Amino acid sequence: MRTRNALIIIALALIGAALAWAFLDAVAGQTDARLADLALERVPESGVSNPVTSVLLNYRAYDTLLELAVLLASILGIWSTGPALPGFLPAGPVLSGLVASVVPLLVLTAGYMLWVGGHAPGGAFQAGALLGAAGVVLRLAGEPRAGLPPLPWLRLAIMLGVLTFTMTALVLMAVGAGFLTFPLAVAKWLILFVEAAATLAIGATLAAAYLAGEPLAVPTASDRHGGIGH
Amino acid sequence: MITQLVYGLAGIVLFLLGVWSFLVHDPLLRKLIALNIMGAGVFHILMAVAYRGLDAPPDPIPHALVLTGIVVAVSATALALTLGQRLERRDD
Repeated sequence: MRTRNALIIIALALIGAALAWAFLDAVAGQTDARLADLALERVPESGVSNPVTSVLLNYRAYDTLLELAVLLASILGIWSTGPALPGFLPAGPVLSGLVASVVPLLVLTAGYMLWVGGHAPGGAFQAGALLGAAGVVLRLAGEPRAGLPPLPWLRLAIMLGVLTFTMTALVLMAVGAGFLTFPLAVAKWLILFVEAAATLAIGATLAAAYLAGEPLAVPTASDRHGGIGH
Repeated sequence: MITQLVYGLAGIVLFLLGVWSFLVHDPLLRKLIALNIMGAGVFHILMAVAYRGLDAPPDPIPHALVLTGIVVAVSATALALTLGQRLERRDD
């Protein structure tokens, strides 16, 4: 055990030294043109003025599409492990009151985040995370379905991001612009459209992931008598 | 410059601590937390690399990568937690 730990420490020290050297070289050693200059120079052509949103939804839109697919795959994986866990006990009056005022605020902030992402820090992921947090808060306060819609709608919600993204890309291809190439005139609105769908999908997915299983369309007997909390 | 170095080197330290914890501790939950700490270290390093001084905007590409990475890390963690929980329930 001792020798093993000593060996791990020596190996980690070597890896750390190599990483530190690589990091120092990356920040101090390179003086050539960086990718950042090119990315920032082309921001006016991307339809949004926030450079991070330009990268996520325009230059590297492919990446973001596949990332939404990763989210979809993870929630399908969670659902395939079995039914959702029973919820917590209903919260007391203080927590319920807090939740009743926090959840609408979270939803409102998510809408703001989505809109502001076009020109300042914000965007679909931040907005989706806030929606997901609203679901988690509801679940903690005893709402067994975390505020999610019935299963058929939930199924639609979790695939909304990939669906909208792909459809937009295919329509763009059909009109001759190219797969995920946003024409400048409509880029802003297309990006906002895709981001809005992605926000709903990310929020629904994160909240559904917190149920740790597929929410049943009709709760079964074992579900109702499944015990208190987890 | 100093801020950038401190931030990046702290990221490397976090990453190494995560690897250490991942290798040394047996419970699945601890390994999962260790993986997340490794991820946080990587995000730190990317953020530090993106910094280009106070008067220039940061490099947006590492920022976008981190944003993508956070969401992927959260969803992968959720899947791993669910799988771990099902395994535990089977053991009972």
